[in-house]
Amino acid sequence: MNKHLLSMHDVSADDVVRILDTAESFREVGTRVIKKVPALRGRTVVNFFLENSTRTRISFELAAKRLSADVINFSASGTSVAKGESLKDSALTLQAMGADAIVIRHSSSGSPLQLTRWVQGHVLNAGDGTHEHPTQALLDLYTMREKLGRLEGLRVAIVGDVLHSRVARSLSFGLVKMGAEVTLIGPPTLIPPDAPQWGVNVSYDIDSVVPKLDVCYMLRVQKERQRLEFFPSVREYNRIFGLTSARAAMLPEEALIMHPGPMNRGVEIDSDVADLPQAVIEEQVTNGIAVRMSLLYLLLGGGGAGALDG
Amino acid sequence: MRRALTRIAHEIIERDKGATDVVLVGIANRGDHLARRLATEIQRIEGTEIRVGVLDITFYRDDIGLKAEAPEVHETRIPFDISGTTVVLVDDVLFTGRTIRAAMDALMDLGRPRRIQLAVLVDRGHRELPIRADFVGKNVPTRRADDVRVLVTELDGDDAVVVEEAP
Repeated sequence: MNKHLLSMHDVSADDVVRILDTAESFREVGTRVIKKVPALRGRTVVNFFLENSTRTRISFELAAKRLSADVINFSASGTSVAKGESLKDSALTLQAMGADAIVIRHSSSGSPLQLTRWVQGHVLNAGDGTHEHPTQALLDLYTMREKLGRLEGLRVAIVGDVLHSRVARSLSFGLVKMGAEVTLIGPPTLIPPDAPQWGVNVSYDIDSVVPKLDVCYMLRVQKERQRLEFFPSVREYNRIFGLTSARAAMLPEEALIMHPGPMNRGVEIDSDVADLPQAVIEEQVTNGIAVRMSLLYLLLGGGGAGALDG
Repeated sequence: MRRALTRIAHEIIERDKGATDVVLVGIANRGDHLARRLATEIQRIEGTEIRVGVLDITFYRDDIGLKAEAPEVHETRIPFDISGTTVVLVDDVLFTGRTIRAAMDALMDLGRPRRIQLAVLVDRGHRELPIRADFVGKNVPTRRADDVRVLVTELDGDDAVVVEEAP
């Protein structure tokens, strides 16, 4: 494994299998009365979140705590960042406090990479701008493999604002790496022009794709970007690209409905559809903790030179 | 190996008075197969059903972060409550005792057994912790640098104890 996890390009197909297999063991830990193991006792993990996030930060915090690591949460508001400290100075401060790993969320693409140039510990990208969100992609891969038994050959549609979605990028790279067949669907204004080079298909017609899917992955409509007029109205978006009850009925019976959250019910996904049994959105959240435990364990659990026997 | 396991099965029944509240917990990756065979033997002799679990001790190891790669993780599956039971830990080779220390810590996080006993197929000496086995298949004198491996049919296609002497 690479020292850092900045992008899905940092992990090989073998690494993905190892991460998911290890996560399986952490899922078992999550079912125990005492959901904690001493694997990372004495290590310090810093959650360095400079963009609003609840679920990813809580998920990483729980993951690190269940591994017995010490966790420090460092967010933008009410800290030195709000007082105008630069990213570099904040990073050097965390470094000086002995952070073994820094989990960073930032609104600027590439900031995790920048961070690796200043700190000695491991850097995990928890979402950077419109670039990547590899831990989300890995938990989605885990969920698909768990529910459908394989990744190779799966037919997956990723629907919505692909252009601004770090989730869509990471997930596409991950799925293509594992041999799945990916179709990006959305209004032409929201499909990145370089998408064909990712090894994926592009479609503007959701109805022709839905009946042949194993997974229908809905992206959140980022309402904060609505004013930029990428599409005429939320209502029209829902009618043309939303996963409505009628469209969900066209999905094959075993197909999964997934969403990275937080959902806009009634926009990209109808409320009834989000509550269907094949919608595994809550499982994605549960699996996220196990996958992040697996990543922290695999990154922080190695790195030594000596060998002990047993 | 079969005779050694049969003898251990008899010893467990004798020591634990019919083995009525005994559960076997094998340590992955070989001990779990030995535990299953021990359970079959005890059932054959006593006619009582013995519950078997498998325990992975990786997250409790004392050398995490010392090797280049994080140690490989195996499955833990103990589908019953171990509280109040006599847990017989089963492992293939007893060496430094560090694995058993980790296994006992792991068990304590899963419940409160009434007592924990240890059964091993091979005791090769060189303990680094104050740990001893209650049931031993065979004592094998070795040098510290030797390599001792137990092969089981389920994983290796054959039952054998292999001692590779250090050069």
